[in-house]
Amino acid sequence: MQLYDMPDARGHFGQFGGTFVAETLVEALDELRLMYEKYRHDPVFLAEYAYDLKHFVGRPSPIYHAKRLSDKVGGAQIYLKREDLNHTGAHKINNTIGQALLAKRMGKPRVIAETGAGQHGVATATIAARMGLECVVYMGSEDIKRQAPNVFRMKLLGATVVPVESGSKTLKDALNEAMRDWVTNVHNTFYIIGTVAGPHPYPMMVRDFQAIIGIEAKQQMQEMVGRQPDAVVACVGGGSNAMGIFYPYIDVPNVRLIGVEAAGHGLETGMHAAPLTTNSPVGVLHGNRTYLMQDNDGNIIETHSVSAGLDYPGVGPEHAWLKDIKRAEYVAITDDEAMAAFHNLCRTEGIIPALESSHALAHAEKMAKTMRKDEIILVNLSGRGDKDINTVAKLANITL
Amino acid sequence: MSRIQTTFATLKQHGKTALVPYITAGDPHPKHTVNLMHTLVKCGADMIELGVPFSDPMADGPVIQRASERALKHKVGLTAVLQMVKDFRAVDQKTPIILMGYANPIEAIGAKAFADRAKAADVDGVITVDYPPEECAVYVQELRSRDIDPIFLLSPTTEPSRVDLIVKQASGFVYYVSLKGVTGAANLDINEVSGRVAEIRKKTNLPVGVGFGIRDAATAKATAAIADAVVVGSRIVTTIESSTDENLLHNVAALMTELKTAVDAAKQ
Repeated sequence: MQLYDMPDARGHFGQFGGTFVAETLVEALDELRLMYEKYRHDPVFLAEYAYDLKHFVGRPSPIYHAKRLSDKVGGAQIYLKREDLNHTGAHKINNTIGQALLAKRMGKPRVIAETGAGQHGVATATIAARMGLECVVYMGSEDIKRQAPNVFRMKLLGATVVPVESGSKTLKDALNEAMRDWVTNVHNTFYIIGTVAGPHPYPMMVRDFQAIIGIEAKQQMQEMVGRQPDAVVACVGGGSNAMGIFYPYIDVPNVRLIGVEAAGHGLETGMHAAPLTTNSPVGVLHGNRTYLMQDNDGNIIETHSVSAGLDYPGVGPEHAWLKDIKRAEYVAITDDEAMAAFHNLCRTEGIIPALESSHALAHAEKMAKTMRKDEIILVNLSGRGDKDINTVAKLANITL
Repeated sequence: MSRIQTTFATLKQHGKTALVPYITAGDPHPKHTVNLMHTLVKCGADMIELGVPFSDPMADGPVIQRASERALKHKVGLTAVLQMVKDFRAVDQKTPIILMGYANPIEAIGAKAFADRAKAADVDGVITVDYPPEECAVYVQELRSRDIDPIFLLSPTTEPSRVDLIVKQASGFVYYVSLKGVTGAANLDINEVSGRVAEIRKKTNLPVGVGFGIRDAATAKATAAIADAVVVGSRIVTTIESSTDENLLHNVAALMTELKTAVDAAKQ
């Protein structure tokens, strides 16, 4: 069997990926690519990364058998990879540590980031504080409203949060604005992209830094139940937590990989963020070629999801590739289904999940019902839901 | 010879630098665009850069972003822009038209269909900001086989070895981005630009245009002294933004006349 070996030297996953950027950024990306090539297998670099994952983040994150949830749903056993227990409350920190270590080695005193739900912004602000770097985070003004606790956390950590008022005022616009900053300050600034999108080498690099999730999971499942799960389920916005848990499983036969996009108000309404599930056309945005929600003129259309972290019109190019080669499957879960799964996990297991992760939970529940009791679904519980309490309260008409 | 080549050749004979204004098609309203183009020509535009509105203009500053948003409100996409070029051509068969925009509107219809339609509309050149030469071989081939010039950007961060690669793909002219940043950003450093343009000229005989950061008659004049073409974008779009339907053409004409006088004075 030929082992999975993607992307190619210029960051292509088949027709997807690549480096579609303005000329001013080409040199910066070349420099980053060379530095990452130099350090990705460097023992000292990897030891520093591993040290921070263990002592600063608290890894390995456990795997937890959600027994009461499994019993209630009826069917397959649901296991959770507890990324919600990481320092800062989500998987995002795995990646920001890796990139910040690179920024240090490249002598860049300033880091910038885009953020949707705010988890990547918090993770970047956190590591910037830890390493003494200046930090600026771009966030859509719409997202600032719905993720206020994370905005405050970033400020406490010393970051400057810049509201983005252009376009749909969400994640994609924050990314545009971060790119504009980078193009202007490229000499002293490292752009920490939070997802497996952007120009090469970001999709590969972010995947590699997040792959710790799947590497641990493989070992933990073996120790805990003596075998690998029948299916791995993760939510997909840009797709970093999903890529992180999928990647080490790509070459493992008989493990289904299932990415869960946001169906928003319902796929039929057009108000969703599910480019893969809806077979959106291929296009170029944010430096890479991928499936994109767009109109006939190639303009990006506005997306909707109750969860800011999934509210993105594209998807990481490697997911586009995994869909095309049929190694992964992609489905979508509506706002309402995600909310139901959110409450379900709170009440049955004492875990408040992020609204993003609740999409993966909702699909796992659907699947479990159709499976035998001795089958196993592993859900990447990518983050905790503390940041979402305002959104949930509003939807449930509760005054805090 | 293409219209762009002819224009540069003629200007060279007269010892002049091209003035290339940029406007976003459909801004402030699609009904104005063709009239604006004719006004630009009347007041001394040697070529016109016509922006194709895009929802996510990552290389543009706030001024041109807002222009895109105004145009998109009226659903001005690539198809509508090509129609405007056709309408302009009904009157003006001489002035080169260069489309400037982003990759995705082209991706949406495919490079071949785009080149066909651009040719049918009589477009002369295309600048696609997020198509570095490594990623757009088919697009370059489709354009060049129809005598449309693929124009590439060179930036202050472009390594000398990449300049070689880029000028090999480019035709018409090369466009030197005079600063690190988005369109309409800080003032440019004319000495640095002058040095870079001289280096580029060692590697290519193509004319060198300079843009990004040219915001008044003085910077236009200084740039015109060292470049073959001066591109002015955000400054013109700012004037469009602050005008009313009634004084729009008048205000743009006044600004263009001022810029033209400055550019013409540079090499005298």
